[in-house]
Amino acid sequence: MPFELETAPHPEKLKRVAIEPVSRVEGHGKVTILLDDANKVQQVRLHIVEFRGFEKFIEGRPYWEVPVMVQRLCGICPVSHHLAASKAMDQIVGATLTPTAEKIRRLMHYGQILQSHALHFFHLSSPDLLFGFGSDVATRNIVGVAAAQPEIAKMGVLLRKYGQEVIRMTAGKRVHGTGSIPGGVNKSLYAEERAALLKDIYQMVAWSRDAVQMIKGLFEQNLEQYNAFGRFAAHGMGLVRADGAMDLYHGGLRARRADGSTLFDHFDYGRYWDVITEDVKSWSYMKFPFFNALKNSDEGWYRVGPLTRVTQSDFIPTPLADKERQEFLAFDNGSATGATLGYHWARMIEMLHAAESIKDLLHDDDISGRELMATGQRQERGVGVIEAPRGTLIHHYRVDENDQVIRANLIVSTTHNNQAMNEAIRVVAKQYLDGKELTEGLLNHIEVAIRCFDPCLSCATHALGQMPLDVELVAADGTTLDRVLRDMHGVCLRDSPPA
Amino acid sequence: MTAPILIFGWGNPSRGDDALGPLLVERIEALALPGVECLTDFQLQVEHALDLLERERILFVDASLEAEAPYRQRRLSPARDASFSTHAITPESVMQVYVDLHDAAPPPCDLLAIRGERFELGEDLSPAAASHLEAALRWTLDWVKQGSTP
Repeated sequence: MPFELETAPHPEKLKRVAIEPVSRVEGHGKVTILLDDANKVQQVRLHIVEFRGFEKFIEGRPYWEVPVMVQRLCGICPVSHHLAASKAMDQIVGATLTPTAEKIRRLMHYGQILQSHALHFFHLSSPDLLFGFGSDVATRNIVGVAAAQPEIAKMGVLLRKYGQEVIRMTAGKRVHGTGSIPGGVNKSLYAEERAALLKDIYQMVAWSRDAVQMIKGLFEQNLEQYNAFGRFAAHGMGLVRADGAMDLYHGGLRARRADGSTLFDHFDYGRYWDVITEDVKSWSYMKFPFFNALKNSDEGWYRVGPLTRVTQSDFIPTPLADKERQEFLAFDNGSATGATLGYHWARMIEMLHAAESIKDLLHDDDISGRELMATGQRQERGVGVIEAPRGTLIHHYRVDENDQVIRANLIVSTTHNNQAMNEAIRVVAKQYLDGKELTEGLLNHIEVAIRCFDPCLSCATHALGQMPLDVELVAADGTTLDRVLRDMHGVCLRDSPPA
Repeated sequence: MTAPILIFGWGNPSRGDDALGPLLVERIEALALPGVECLTDFQLQVEHALDLLERERILFVDASLEAEAPYRQRRLSPARDASFSTHAITPESVMQVYVDLHDAAPPPCDLLAIRGERFELGEDLSPAAASHLEAALRWTLDWVKQGSTP
């Protein structure tokens, strides 16, 4: 697949726009756009600061510490790292989980999916979706949503809180949980915890259904725009259960080409390197994974996450979510399944699946069982893979005879989606920015495209007083022509008059 | 029963001086002060608005690259947040979510911003930050005792 707009022939002669949120010490993204004198887009790139130092942070530690300490790699989805590392360490200790251990972990995972998807849809994306991508920045935020539709904002907070409660009860703490350990879990659910979660779960299922209807309605109202916005064809990959069902906790790898044909199916992720290679590009710290069978990253890049999971699984094993999946696939002859904004719809279907799964598990007595741990024959290598909220997450470790981790390799969801996000913003730049004087509203279209993937742009660190958005327009000779700063309160400050 | 005072620190304990918020909260928690609840998290998020419910006073504690050493304290008001990657929000925005949810003003909230210097993964607390932490701890104990901004 060609990468139009990835590299301009003579970048030194072009104007440069950088969309650079610097609100994080590490883990931030930056978009650079090169324009010619007629403001025609010539090059667009998304740079995400890779999570450098992860491996060094882990290497040398005893393996049993790893599931807890990896939560500190990411403040956004610590539970996903907790569980992926635990799955890898299950292999190190040679354990096959007891039913109670697996179900408690699943419960924790579905709680994470629920709270993460709720935050993303209700609080990060709904302002764009409800007010329009180029609407006034002063209202295009969650406060604006709360003012216009208070019930939506409230639903988002309470869904998220519920997911956090599931995590707290299964992991033992609100943060830095220790619930999942190599070979099992260290607690199951007490009767009063089950009762407390059961009391509200039906409301969570109902609100999740409402959320699916909301995004479906937005697609119906804005069919042409939603289908075309940042649309591109891509291969995809995700875990599926042995019977082809969606399974966010465990399964084999399934990859399909952009035309729908199968590249590999039910592949044992314990040897993921036989099907995936990580490429590098000189202009980005983040790696570019690709399918080995397609030779290189130009041809073999792919996307992961909700859109891929919902479209590539044969069915969803909870009835309400599966019904919504079928409607999603059939909508407008399948057009939404290839739309970048289709990520939002698929994400809400997954949130409904997570809510239904929590409900089912809460009715399963295994979650209060006492068989928490298993052991087996010690192994040297462990690979744990999980479908995190943003997509496939791979943890790979080697442990020596002294129980120390001597090698670690992590491929996070945002890395899998690296090329796909670049492709999305190039399409959007061409659709909306080409030949126009840049405004905050137009630049927000780029951010809307990135937000569809819900990338892990912010890591677990932050500090007060840094600017969240810095957009700079630089002439070919390096002169700054225009600069817009947007502060933490959404106020835009212009340093110089527009070019 | 909900404790009338909440001290909420956030940051990543494994990122050098970003640990200042959680470390201060940990020190306060070890004192088991009556009527004081201590919470920590990696980042502030919308659901933390629910932690403000039924409180008399709240102290948010974070590391800061902007505050002058050793710390800066200020009273907060609800305000909007529109950062690009809003996986983490400001304490003012948490207060605003409280207003949106309850249609009422939140309890009085102060921010204690402790000066930090380095925030890389795997780093220890810097010597300067360790010193700032002690000063901030003394201020916090006064804040708890006095019942108002010291």
